[in-house]
Amino acid sequence: MYLLILALFECMGAKASLREGVRTFMKSYDAIVIGAGHNGLTAAAYLAGAGLKVVVLERNPHIGGASISREIYPGFTYSNCSYVSSLMRPEIMRDLELPKYGLQIIPYEGGLTMTRDGGYLASYTDHDMSRREIARHSARDAEAYDRYANEVLRQCRFIKPMLMQTPPDPTSFKPRDIKGLWDLGRAFHDLGEEAMYDTIRFWTMSCTDFLEQYFESEVVKAHLAGTSIIGTALGPSSPGSAYVLLHHYMGEVDGNIGSWGFARGGMGAIARAMAAALEARGGQVRTEAEVAQVIVRNGKATGVALASGEEVHARIVVSNMDVKRTFLKAMDSKDLSEDFLRQVRNFKIRGSSGKLNIALDGMPDFPAVPKDCPALQGDLHITDSIESLERAYDDWKNGMWSRRPYVDMMIPTLLDPTMAPDGKHYMSVFVQYVPPKLADGEWSTEKRDAFGATVINAIAEYSPNFKDLILHAEVRTPHELENEVGLTEGNIFHGELTFDQLMFNRPIPGYAQYRAPVRNMYMCGSSTHPGGGVMGAPGANAAREILRDLKMGGTGAA
Amino acid sequence: MTQPPYKAPLLESPLHSRTAPLCLGNEWTRWGGYASVDTYLNTEHEYFAIRNAATLFDLSPMRKYRVSGPDAARYVSRLVTRDVDGLRPGRVAYAVWCDDLGKVLDDGTIFRFGPDEFRICSQERHLCWFLDCAIGYDVNIEDVSERIAAISLQGPRSFKVVQALGLNDCRTLKPFDMTHFDFDGGPMTISRTGFTGDLGYEFWLASEKAVSLWDRLMEAGQAYGIRPIGSRALDLARIEAGFIVPLVDFMPAGEALRPSRGRSPFELGLDWLVDFGKGHFVGRRALLAEKERGRGRRVVGLDIAGNKPARDALIYAGRSKQVGAVTSAMWSPTCKRNIAIATLDRPYDTMTEGLWVEIYVDKERKWEKAMAPCRIAARPFFKPPRRSATPPLDY
Repeated sequence: MYLLILALFECMGAKASLREGVRTFMKSYDAIVIGAGHNGLTAAAYLAGAGLKVVVLERNPHIGGASISREIYPGFTYSNCSYVSSLMRPEIMRDLELPKYGLQIIPYEGGLTMTRDGGYLASYTDHDMSRREIARHSARDAEAYDRYANEVLRQCRFIKPMLMQTPPDPTSFKPRDIKGLWDLGRAFHDLGEEAMYDTIRFWTMSCTDFLEQYFESEVVKAHLAGTSIIGTALGPSSPGSAYVLLHHYMGEVDGNIGSWGFARGGMGAIARAMAAALEARGGQVRTEAEVAQVIVRNGKATGVALASGEEVHARIVVSNMDVKRTFLKAMDSKDLSEDFLRQVRNFKIRGSSGKLNIALDGMPDFPAVPKDCPALQGDLHITDSIESLERAYDDWKNGMWSRRPYVDMMIPTLLDPTMAPDGKHYMSVFVQYVPPKLADGEWSTEKRDAFGATVINAIAEYSPNFKDLILHAEVRTPHELENEVGLTEGNIFHGELTFDQLMFNRPIPGYAQYRAPVRNMYMCGSSTHPGGGVMGAPGANAAREILRDLKMGGTGAA
Repeated sequence: MTQPPYKAPLLESPLHSRTAPLCLGNEWTRWGGYASVDTYLNTEHEYFAIRNAATLFDLSPMRKYRVSGPDAARYVSRLVTRDVDGLRPGRVAYAVWCDDLGKVLDDGTIFRFGPDEFRICSQERHLCWFLDCAIGYDVNIEDVSERIAAISLQGPRSFKVVQALGLNDCRTLKPFDMTHFDFDGGPMTISRTGFTGDLGYEFWLASEKAVSLWDRLMEAGQAYGIRPIGSRALDLARIEAGFIVPLVDFMPAGEALRPSRGRSPFELGLDWLVDFGKGHFVGRRALLAEKERGRGRRVVGLDIAGNKPARDALIYAGRSKQVGAVTSAMWSPTCKRNIAIATLDRPYDTMTEGLWVEIYVDKERKWEKAMAPCRIAARPFFKPPRRSATPPLDY
């Protein structure tokens, strides 16, 4: 932060001349950011903070992308897409002073999985409590959990420093790339002999294989396996799913690694705070300003054409859209090489998730769980074996939503009083698996409702009064996520988090440093390193690269 | 319950029967001879309840002194450094009192119940000093600590809990106002005070009624996410609020062995608490002299780079000259800043850049030293509008 401030003072001169250059245009900016998702807003706020004149163009009448909360049913605020926060980098919250603009992340207590036989397994933040809880299911697993947690944390330590760094290009001989690779190699070496082998295995193996190394209890494995499939078109036994589990562990809430929390007021509070931070820095957000195409002249991006026909010009264009939407929909294919386009087409971005947002007239009963169990405040699940997770995935492969879906269900109003009237509750239900295209044709309203009914019935098996309490439900399939939010195929991470699409291969080999193949154009969405999850890191990293190109940056934005 | 001291070295608060079963982690600390809950189970969750919902803290071990009699106002005015004449009945004031050398003995709150009746609340015991200072005054000083219990209700939703108890009159209470109610046939005082820098109220009543009040508060707070908090969570909130604590951020003059350890109100950054215009008070002459020559050091807030809390860190001007030390430090979850309260020697207490803290970091039992740049920051670090808005904001 301090380095950046110093660097900015040094670059005041450069900034002034840049301003001078663009003042000749009307409606002209230093930078346009396409899409007011959390990464677009992050990038914009950093750029505006550096003194650039920035505008964020958003297609929808509301901002936030998938970091959004809206009142659809009176009195209730839904976190319509993303619903919990952990990965959001604290450096970014600090740099952009997001607390000043109302952002508050409240950590929650653990979670639980209800079992078919009427029992449950909970996890708690208290270590001793968790160990005793696991021991109810397996004394051996209770101790194995420590070994498991240790391994996961070791991997987190390895990855965490990379999150806020531009991935080094292994084919480049630039000093910074060589240094980046050297640092990476050294961090890898520092893991120690055994962990070096384990790391390679970890990044490529399946979650099932990983968990089998530690645990014997089915429900313990199922409880932990959930995070390996969230947002991913992989089954727990597919190679690569172990990394997705890690991706969900590497966040933190105020230094507590792996801890998750609610954004008070819903996930839209994150985007709102970012937009306020952007505006305080002199930036601007324009809603209902859909970008139809990026304008390219002489191999350089010079602005965008809006769907309305209006043109907005800028020195720099930054896309917060996913890589497919950016290059296949918002650009003229003539402006890009065939080789690049082929790779974009091959980028894996398969939708696999749906979402139900439910307004409840009261707290549902879960007879399996004691009423005062604090884990009810956390994530609730009803899939008690890896086998059934895998069967749920089979349905997806067959072009059908899971008949027995995996749910990541939460009742944020147990901690956040702002989202529902007193005594009533908002329930967020993330659902896996839901295909973007069905075997029997396109999604329709009827099919969407049938999917919603499947989920509600599945939950009702564990909660007899659940259906009676439902006041309203918003059902979202990949179809809605693509058309309303703009996520290609409804993929929540802007592209699969598999090893072939991570680090210097994300999104496209050779284009991992946030620069598009067209000059003056950049990518800042979750298709870029380090990927999705309301982290803000792609946005901050992209801003740093942009400022670097403008010779306005220090060594780091954070 | 009159066990000899060798069987029960620590006193139990009137609320012990309620707090003990809830203290699931069995983490206790000592406070003025009482067993006090350090953490019920999870400090982090308790802390967030202060900033997000509503919390109860057993404040009973606080020392409470009743000061009454025709000379009460003159006496209190002589005792503390701030003006007390302007303190109307029904108001509360934060104050410090000094020894003759102008060094702070303690801080506390003064409640004015009537023209001739005050209550002084403090962390430490001061009966001796208060009696010493009473010579020549027609005043009665009584330690009522055991008789009066206190519960602190703090958090953005605390007024909702107050309302649920039917105490709507509290709506108009401004910060540092107090009002009185009847509770179970006895008097109860509610003051809009607290140590969290958030919206909050403190309830004062006879010790034997405390359990009943605690139960009613817990019940009324169910719908508002109420939870009891221990002193660790409270300490995090008070650092964010920028409050200093004797024995932590400074040595009370009465307890320091080294005479140089005493701190004046000026050195503590409490200049606003010293009123030279009100007539004589203990320490006045020394403080006037200090004002003349300038203080030697000052307590300040710090904003530190990075996220490693700078607990007990030394502070340097440049990289080598030691100019002070951190006394309280934390990563602030609410501000998302790495904050600290520190004492800096003059003139470094006004330096705008070039200050560094030396942080020792435990990397799995391998200690490493990190130098982090810092700058002086305004306190309170956290000052939400809801802290002072009247009527309370719906949050």
